[in-house]
Amino acid sequence: MSLVEHHKNLPVGSIEKTTTTLNLGPTHPATHGVFQNILEVDGERIVDAEQTVGYIHRAFEKIAERRPLYQITPLTDRLNYCSSPINNMGWHMTCEKLLGISLPKRVEYLRVIIMELARIADHLICNSVVGVDTGAFTGFLYVMQYRELIYEIWEEVCGSRLTTNIGRIGGFERNFNDIAFRKLEKFLNEYPKVLKEFENLFNRNRIFMERTQGVGGIAAERALNYGFTGPNLRAAGVDYDVRVHSPYSSYEDFEFEVPVGKTGDVYDRFLVRNDEMWQSMNIIRQAYQKVQEFKGKDAEVFHADVPEYYLPEKKDVYTKMEALIYHFKIIMGETDIPVGEVYHSVEGGNGELGFYLISDGGRTPYRLHFRRPCFIYYQAYTELIKGSMLSDAIICMSSLNLIAGEMDG
Amino acid sequence: MVLTNERIKERLQEKFGEAVGVFEEPYGMLTFTAAAEMNMKVMQFLFDDEELRFQFLTDLCAVHYPERIGEELAVVYHLHNLVDNVRIRFKAFIPVAHPDIFTATSLYEAANWMERETYDFYGVNFLGHPNLKRILNVEEMDYFPMRKEFPLEDQSRIDKDDEMFGRGGDLDYGNKRSENAATTINEADKDRTWQ
Repeated sequence: MSLVEHHKNLPVGSIEKTTTTLNLGPTHPATHGVFQNILEVDGERIVDAEQTVGYIHRAFEKIAERRPLYQITPLTDRLNYCSSPINNMGWHMTCEKLLGISLPKRVEYLRVIIMELARIADHLICNSVVGVDTGAFTGFLYVMQYRELIYEIWEEVCGSRLTTNIGRIGGFERNFNDIAFRKLEKFLNEYPKVLKEFENLFNRNRIFMERTQGVGGIAAERALNYGFTGPNLRAAGVDYDVRVHSPYSSYEDFEFEVPVGKTGDVYDRFLVRNDEMWQSMNIIRQAYQKVQEFKGKDAEVFHADVPEYYLPEKKDVYTKMEALIYHFKIIMGETDIPVGEVYHSVEGGNGELGFYLISDGGRTPYRLHFRRPCFIYYQAYTELIKGSMLSDAIICMSSLNLIAGEMDG
Repeated sequence: MVLTNERIKERLQEKFGEAVGVFEEPYGMLTFTAAAEMNMKVMQFLFDDEELRFQFLTDLCAVHYPERIGEELAVVYHLHNLVDNVRIRFKAFIPVAHPDIFTATSLYEAANWMERETYDFYGVNFLGHPNLKRILNVEEMDYFPMRKEFPLEDQSRIDKDDEMFGRGGDLDYGNKRSENAATTINEADKDRTWQ
């Protein structure tokens, strides 16, 4: 029996015990979410850790078994709530794959714009919070203004900000208005300067580098074995990106790089996320340009022509018989859904967000399983922090971008 | 050489013969079943084989089919070959009365929590798992909630005191409800007064 095991098994209050059991969470301000870590510390050094998750488990997979497709979209909002549009669209794309719907190019480009904005919003929070946990609050407050701007764009497109419930099966509920595009332009113009300044604050900052380099590192093989995906895997040096490997929503039309790190430590994860924000800006610019190239009637397209599945606009429901019938059928879940099973994944803020949907032809899914990247890579946390200092455990946690909503499902 | 679904199927049939079967390709992803006691042999082969190289466990979950007597639970593995970028899915069916299957934790660290989650919701007993206990639900829970015998509550129930959430109840907050009162809308509508 190792010394750690021995100490853990000692009775409470034993005089022989030289390590301390420390509860980190579930409501510790530095965990940025509701989950608990039971740490065994020797002085300030962590000798063992055990994670407890599930504090905000809401049984989405069970609930989804009783809901028609559209009613599942708001559930996906609440997985990774820092980038809900990616979840929404991932879910809609899963449905489209099942139903065999293909989308007009303009719609796919608009989706790409929204999804990349979501990625920026997600990475921006994660990176600035790494800053906060290392003692640099300024960056966090500074970039928050621009997350606000992203939320305003979403607000113009779908009417809500955090849990967006954006889009429909087959496209968007309405076309982007001029204000949305103007705000997007404002974002494209101003954000690079802000991001540059944010970079200046951190990237070559001696204190930040010494604080984060070599902390919470993981080798590529271990990361793969642990099922890491997304920025955390790329920081370890594996260039796996769902957008490149299994392109969806016309990602193959865009040119972008997949930034990779080397050591998989906090600093590399920070840099990878930072570079990804630049790449996202790049993608948004290309997508926006492509969107502007549509002229005349094509520039009005914002959804596929699939009346059986696309929830019609409200004004049509009030005035057109056909739209009313489809509206009723969709809302009551009376549309025919093919029998089949489909797995679709998108590159979420944290990695491969997968939807495994089994349909038996009924009005609701027979089974729906979310592959939640957070949940899968959080189990590596013990290995990442073993032997490091308590304060390193905190920044390691924030650099993994653990979102409790996604973890607990 | 490109790794095609046909090639994977060939290799698997060469190696395992009858133990693998029901090959399908729903939406392009090769799907097959493997005998439950062979699950780790199949996975190890897929992992080690120099041509196949399915070394990334994308997802692991279970599905409950109550009407398939004797093989009610399906454990579903999604594997990914990151080099050739091919995904496959395989299923192992096990009876709900003895839901035993070997753990994949020896091969994939990632399987640890995924199996705990599957155990938590479906009661699949992963033999050899280092720490098979509930993960998302409370430890005191004594049933497996994702099984189909536990339907979600009927949302048309009217006997529950949920006024604050816009459901059921009346002005006396349910204090004076008669014992014979209908508990669901269906029940209340038994005499078909609406017809």
